[in-house]
Amino acid sequence: MAGVLVTTTVNGDPVQFACPTDETLLDSLRDRVGLTGAKEGCGTGDCGACSITLDGQLVCSCLVLGVEANGREVTTVEGMTEGGQLHPLQEKFIEHAALQCGICTPGFLVAAKALLDKNNDPSEQDIRYALAGNLCRCTGYDKIVHAVQAAAVEMRKSTSKRKSKR
Amino acid sequence: MGHDTSYTDQKFNVVGTRVKRPDGLEKVTGRAKYGADASAPGQLVGLILRSPHAHANIVKIDTSKAEKLAGVKAVITSKDLPDHTGGNRGMLDILENCMARGRALYDGHAVAAVAAIDRQTAKKALKLIKVTYKVIPHVTDVDEAMEENAPVVQDYVFTPGGDGKTPSNISGIVPFGHGDIDAGFEEADVIVEKSYKTEQTHQGYIEPHACLANMGSDGTGELWVTTQGHFVFRNTCAALLGMDVAKLKVTASEIGGGFGGKTHVWMEPVALCLSRKANRPVKVVMSRDEVFRASGPTSSTSMDVKIGAKKDGTITAASAQLRYSCGAFPGIWGMLGAMTAFACYDLKNVKAIGYNVLVNRPKVTAYRAPSAPMAAFGVESTMDLVAAEIGMDPIDFRIKNAAKEGTKASYGPTYGPIGIGPTLDAAKNHPHMKAKLGKNQGRGMACGFWFNFGGQTCTDLNIGIDGTVNLTVGTVDVGGSRASLSMIAAEELGISYDDVKANLGDTASLGHNDMTEGSRGTFSSGMATIFAARNAIDVLKQRAATMWEIPVEDVLWEAGSAKATGEGHGNLAPLTLKEIAAKSPTTGGPIAGHNESVADNAGVSFASHICDIEVDPETGGTKVIRYTVIQDAGKAIHPDYVEGQFQGGAAQGIGWALNEEYIYGEDGKLQNPGFLDYRIPVCSDLPFIDTQILEIPNPNHPYGVRGVGETSIVPPLAAIGNALSNAAGVRMDHVPMSPPRILKALEEAKSA
Amino acid sequence: MLRVSVSSSISPALNGATEISIEAQTINELMHKLIDRYPRIENQCETGIAVSINGEIYRDNWNVKIPQDSEVYLLPRIPGG
Repeated sequence: MAGVLVTTTVNGDPVQFACPTDETLLDSLRDRVGLTGAKEGCGTGDCGACSITLDGQLVCSCLVLGVEANGREVTTVEGMTEGGQLHPLQEKFIEHAALQCGICTPGFLVAAKALLDKNNDPSEQDIRYALAGNLCRCTGYDKIVHAVQAAAVEMRKSTSKRKSKR
Repeated sequence: MGHDTSYTDQKFNVVGTRVKRPDGLEKVTGRAKYGADASAPGQLVGLILRSPHAHANIVKIDTSKAEKLAGVKAVITSKDLPDHTGGNRGMLDILENCMARGRALYDGHAVAAVAAIDRQTAKKALKLIKVTYKVIPHVTDVDEAMEENAPVVQDYVFTPGGDGKTPSNISGIVPFGHGDIDAGFEEADVIVEKSYKTEQTHQGYIEPHACLANMGSDGTGELWVTTQGHFVFRNTCAALLGMDVAKLKVTASEIGGGFGGKTHVWMEPVALCLSRKANRPVKVVMSRDEVFRASGPTSSTSMDVKIGAKKDGTITAASAQLRYSCGAFPGIWGMLGAMTAFACYDLKNVKAIGYNVLVNRPKVTAYRAPSAPMAAFGVESTMDLVAAEIGMDPIDFRIKNAAKEGTKASYGPTYGPIGIGPTLDAAKNHPHMKAKLGKNQGRGMACGFWFNFGGQTCTDLNIGIDGTVNLTVGTVDVGGSRASLSMIAAEELGISYDDVKANLGDTASLGHNDMTEGSRGTFSSGMATIFAARNAIDVLKQRAATMWEIPVEDVLWEAGSAKATGEGHGNLAPLTLKEIAAKSPTTGGPIAGHNESVADNAGVSFASHICDIEVDPETGGTKVIRYTVIQDAGKAIHPDYVEGQFQGGAAQGIGWALNEEYIYGEDGKLQNPGFLDYRIPVCSDLPFIDTQILEIPNPNHPYGVRGVGETSIVPPLAAIGNALSNAAGVRMDHVPMSPPRILKALEEAKSA
Repeated sequence: MLRVSVSSSISPALNGATEISIEAQTINELMHKLIDRYPRIENQCETGIAVSINGEIYRDNWNVKIPQDSEVYLLPRIPGG
């Protein structure tokens, strides 16, 4: 295999792998780094199941080449928990039954986090449009939107708690 | 078996509450393992070569160059998959669908496959396989396929009642009904007759088919696969590969959606065959393109519906001819449509004829209440037209003619107690019906029917030394059933939900379990769990009796503990499950309960849906403003997950009604095998979906549970058709009711 | 004696009969007697038939008792999704 060495950061950790130049970052993450949280639902950037962030920007990893991760920061769903604590989005997804089969869930969590990191008080429409790039076939999105709304409330509460502690 | 399955109308402590599901943590952290997430040392990548033609004779396949490519470990064609079916046509069809046998029958039909050390090598190898095709005429439209000179897809199919010598594409003509429809139409004051069409759709699960096959040179094998039924997959794969069933161990991965599409093998026998030839593990993952072209979508249909009624609203006769495409192999899809078409109504004179028609398209398989949504579209749209002609409210018209206990169903048997009346009454009284409508908005409603099933089920309930419980079930969890099953076990044993851990057993751990389809997952495994738990309770009582040295007849099980009753035992403090478990090594060993049974009688299921939709008369664009699902669940073990089924089915129906379709070109090739142009609903397309769970207990289940998973996809096509027709002022008769079709209908109405 | 109605897709295997009279206490017994009388139906019995007793459809459990005077229907076996 004629490959290229890629040196990158994944979920805060330094990672190195070699891959062919025509391999997607999705395949590199799944097959070389061993992180199977991001899923291939379509391979053409239409379903969002492969959502990750690259230098903080939400992308479909099936549309990014593995070699493009060189020198950049990748975060996946596996990086959402901090020190064993579930992110509020993850907690609310479970609490609100926002998943049935769960295959789209990693993508939704990454996309929803990208939204809430930018807009901590999104309207229902803001949420629906921000998540329009992630397909779910099981839930009809109803409980997903409720979970994101609940997570937003939770995150605003803990931010204001932190602020008031100072 | 002797278990009493009658409804017992008990009060519940755990069942009916909203607990956290046990597999939630794994799924939100990305740890859950689906079909494509497993790997084995030395594994090869398997890729499949597919026909680019809709119909062609395969003159020659030259695999020599591919075989010589460095890194290629196996190349197979149908020669490597000999016929072990012993004349079983159905099984041979499955085998032929997995790999063409001399003829490519649809665009995407597998003709060869390779296993190589990596993806790049496998792709190169596919390009090196030389297939010589002789393209022959094809047919992809269901009505065209029925014409006398249509290209014939299978030469062993003959039109029933025909000369039996000339092959055709009509593999079945199946009538249902009773009474005298001619006399019935004579009596009618109003008759509406209309034709409808619905296009082919796909279940659209986000996870493509994937498996990891590992065959040993001793004839044993292991298969990791995403499936709705690992036991059935095992039986099928073993049969097609000429293996003993017990020698093939199938482990079901977590499943990323199925909806019926994963009840059938598509490439798993090919993966096993590659592994057998290469003598190494082979991983095969379908691309999205392959999923659309070469797994099992639903039928496209063409229907004629005729309903006659008196001025007072009584339907005097109803008939329908339903032509359903089955893909390149015979199927029962038209028959199913005919069975369900008029099932909601009490009709003296009714006739529905289902046609099963072959076309050069992929082999149709079940999609959530298979064949029912299309028939409901035709019938429920016509019901609204008749109601309008008579001047009667659409819901009242349906209530007047609704099936009830004692009604002879249009498919034959007489109904026992059923729930369509209550769902219609609930719809009539729902606040949704009173909401104000704006400009270009319309409201529609429809009802739907589906059978629910039981099936073979095995469950093991094992009590650990610390009193916590492992529940091993064999029905694949498609939507959260592990939570419900744990709740049932906790309820029966009288312990905390947190003390029960449910998991899915592989084929080596349990006896046969049927697939998760027919809305049977929670119903069947729930029933088996109840009896396994009661079996365990018998053992627990026996152990308590031993520990107390009293007869077991004097022991009761109550609220998670054994209690001594009868004279002289008043001083004995209750023994909790934990205490009994702790002593189990010396009282008789591990404590367990088992149940192998055939659950049945999940009942039939009815639903009514209400929809408000807005149409833009300039673009034909639509927006679903409000949607309500009302369905009878018997008993909702975990209400969140029952709501989830209602909402999910409705969303699929909405996509089907407004946008989804397989688009074929003149050349018979599928033009939109991807999620960009096969557009399923996205988050911004839908509003919150309201649900109302009715609980009219199923008398044949101890908790009253009915199947729930499928019925909610049946009404949406018609509910939206009716709403859209009211919004646009013109009757829509072709699904999907996409913007171009809406605009066309508006223009035709204007020029008329 | 049971009167068993037969759905049209199953009739051909029963020589075109739409209704038959037969003695049987359970579905199992009914199936065995049908196969004895109409050997062509054996294939369908295994995989293609469901039995309705008084409106309740049994697709899988053949141990079910058939009460006297029940309405019995032989229906095609319906798959779900």
